[in-house]
Amino acid sequence: MGSITLDHVNKTFGGHQVIPDISLSIEDGEFVVFVGPSGCGKSTLLRLIAGLEDTTSGTIRLDGVDMTDSPPAKRQLSMVFQSYALYPHMSVYDNIAFPLKMASMDKATADAKVRDAARILNLTDYLDRKPRQLSGGQRQRVAIGRAIVRQPKAFLFDEPLSNLDAALRVNMRLEITELHQQLQTTMIYVTHDQVEAMTMADRIVVLNAGRVEQFGSPLELYRHPANRFVAGFIGSPKMNFIEGPEAAKHDAYAIGVRPEHFSMSRTEGTWKGKVGVAEHLGSDTFLHVQVEGLGLLTVRAPGEHTFEHGDDIYLTPEPDRIYRFDRDGQAIP
Amino acid sequence: MARAVSTQRKIGFTVLAWFLALLIFFPILWTVLTSFKSEAEAIASPPTLIPNWTLENYFEVQARSDYFRHFGNSVIISVGSTLLALLIAVPAAWSMAFAPAKRTKDILMWMLSTKMMPAVGVLVPIYLIFRDAGLLDNVWGLTVILMLINLPIVVWMLYTYFKEIPVDILEAARMDGAILWKEIVYVLVPMAVPGIASTLLLNIILAWNEAFWTLNLTAARAAPLTAFIASYSSPEGLFWAKLSAASTLAIAPILLLGWFSQKQLVRGLTFGAVK
Repeated sequence: MGSITLDHVNKTFGGHQVIPDISLSIEDGEFVVFVGPSGCGKSTLLRLIAGLEDTTSGTIRLDGVDMTDSPPAKRQLSMVFQSYALYPHMSVYDNIAFPLKMASMDKATADAKVRDAARILNLTDYLDRKPRQLSGGQRQRVAIGRAIVRQPKAFLFDEPLSNLDAALRVNMRLEITELHQQLQTTMIYVTHDQVEAMTMADRIVVLNAGRVEQFGSPLELYRHPANRFVAGFIGSPKMNFIEGPEAAKHDAYAIGVRPEHFSMSRTEGTWKGKVGVAEHLGSDTFLHVQVEGLGLLTVRAPGEHTFEHGDDIYLTPEPDRIYRFDRDGQAIP
Repeated sequence: MARAVSTQRKIGFTVLAWFLALLIFFPILWTVLTSFKSEAEAIASPPTLIPNWTLENYFEVQARSDYFRHFGNSVIISVGSTLLALLIAVPAAWSMAFAPAKRTKDILMWMLSTKMMPAVGVLVPIYLIFRDAGLLDNVWGLTVILMLINLPIVVWMLYTYFKEIPVDILEAARMDGAILWKEIVYVLVPMAVPGIASTLLLNIILAWNEAFWTLNLTAARAAPLTAFIASYSSPEGLFWAKLSAASTLAIAPILLLGWFSQKQLVRGLTFGAVK
């Protein structure tokens, strides 16, 4: 079991409020991603749950038990760090076995568990090596092995993939998601990358300046963003925002249209513009269109399209996919 | 052309380096040479460079003042005070490096400032405390006082080494279920071995050479090698050859220790560098 409840958690660093007041409830077995721009407090929130930082006020419960003042060692949570944080003086085997040694598990049982974890993570051939003899991806696997070996109540991941190259990142993303399917243990995953958040999470917590902007499933956040921040943060490329008279036509201070929610034409449409830079991805092309009176809009076009730089283009937003926001940035239903 | 100039400079620097090294080493060399001369030869003018190689001074020194007892005291005091200092300094440096408070820097400066005070300033109170506690001329009393004297340096050195260790790794140990002492014993100390070793060595050398407190707080039983040398400087006149033999005996062990652990240390340091 591994449900985690935060109740009015507050964290202040030397007079500076990093987490103003957060209440969250994470179900057992859920994969929850904390996402937000750097400095939004997502790592701090994770470290509060881990017990590596003390809360200024509020309570943290694990399986309903108040753990607010318990040290990390007593919380039965595992953590994977961005820097891997392997023990450089120990072999891969000893690194993975370390949590079991701390729990005073007998040698034979521990050995079986270490070898099992190594097998799952394809590390069997590297057990005698030191961390410095491994590649980045292998080190990350050792860090994960160390986390899964003692069956914790929940896994905490602190930007675990940001030190890996792009190809490896996609691979490890799949491996971690697969691991979650196998283990069905609660996972909390911190990232600034909304693609990681969208692809991995059961539910996403979008954080901004220490506040929870929205907490919901990836598609919920994509379809029904609660405010302009979430609307702009979730989805790639970013949503286009338009203010002024065009927004007023929809009874809103601002409207938002995602790049994938436009139809394009050479002859007629709502907004007329000129095609600027085109970014070709093969499957899709992102056109940057300068629209008169509205500015630069990003539009997703099919991979093989016929628009050239400087061509005239008419854009029409799909009517039921226009998001409306009030002056405070809150979504208007 | 440029090559010729650089060769000349190289020779110049080599000669200069040798000259300086010999200049610094000369007193020690002369002490060792004198220790193998007879008393008459030792004060001969002009001095002889090569002695007649006699061991009589060494036998006399051992017969007169029991070198091995003093040596034993020196070992107990220097090694004991160092181990005791490490026992206190490791947790202290841990908390300063990894859980600093607002005033940690000030405390570190204050600790160092105690080294700036002349020791003679606290001689009387410490002497009185030692007298009343029955610790005068006692190796354990001396061990404690030398530990206290070198503690600021030990804490500072360990603090500097610990600061190099990424805090993530200690946090990982905490997450893996390590309570504080296990975190220090299984993770921090093994990673800081090169730093701890050099601290250990330096502190043993400092304690071995410490003369002020060892001379003032001992008489006979607890006297280490510093007191042993000092006993050869007497109002009746100096016996240069015997004094040299005593000095050679006193510095030989620490010189050997420095020589051998230097190799260990270099290996330890390069191990850390390529990590």
